[in-house]
Amino acid sequence: MRHLELLPPWAALIVALFVVIGATLTVLGGIGLLRLKSFYQRLHAPTLGYSYGTLLIILASMLMFTLLEGRLVLHELMVGIFIMATTPITLLMLGRAALRRDRDTKLGHDETVPPRPDAQESPPEMPRDLTGYGEGVVDTGLLSHGDPEPERRRGD
Amino acid sequence: MTAEILRFALGYAQIALILALGLACWRMLRGPRAQDRVLALDTMYMNAMLLFLVIGMGNGNVFFFEGALVIAVLGFVTTVCAAKFLMRGEVVE
Repeated sequence: MRHLELLPPWAALIVALFVVIGATLTVLGGIGLLRLKSFYQRLHAPTLGYSYGTLLIILASMLMFTLLEGRLVLHELMVGIFIMATTPITLLMLGRAALRRDRDTKLGHDETVPPRPDAQESPPEMPRDLTGYGEGVVDTGLLSHGDPEPERRRGD
Repeated sequence: MTAEILRFALGYAQIALILALGLACWRMLRGPRAQDRVLALDTMYMNAMLLFLVIGMGNGNVFFFEGALVIAVLGFVTTVCAAKFLMRGEVVE
């Protein structure tokens, strides 16, 4: 590691500070991913590492290699821009998938999966009558009472 | 003196990122539902990418950066495919 002595002291201190803060924030995101209660809270925890951790470590790397090689080194920006562009897409798709799966299993924001209602032994109660005339337009609600795809959620 | 501080900081960052990798791996093994596992896998990709960047800084080697870039691209594709599979039940429709 001879190259570490070649850095000027102020740059070494700045790089050390950025790397330590970035790694610490990433670990805090990991702890949040482990400790938080529901999936929608856990979705927020690793974004600490995605935003601040990546930004600080990339800035430190850019500063270090710029001073070591004596020219402007900007290729770490590629990783930064890529992460910044793709992270909202992935987390948005994951959140939408989780919402859809929770809606299919009639699960709220809590962890416990309720026992699956069996269609034969406990038929769903009649949907609410909106018109007051008995038959006619009924409110089927947001959740369908039937079980449209029973096969799909077995291997969860 | 400052080189010692920087070496210590890089070592601390490597240990911290490995710890974050382990925490995400624990969540992936434990996760109650499938979306937890996918989120933990995505976090593991990100932690491995940051670890590659820090190792490259410690070695003074620029080529670790390309490994980090490949890991970032693979993590994006993996997570998008897994989320699409969780949402639709199929990847290509």
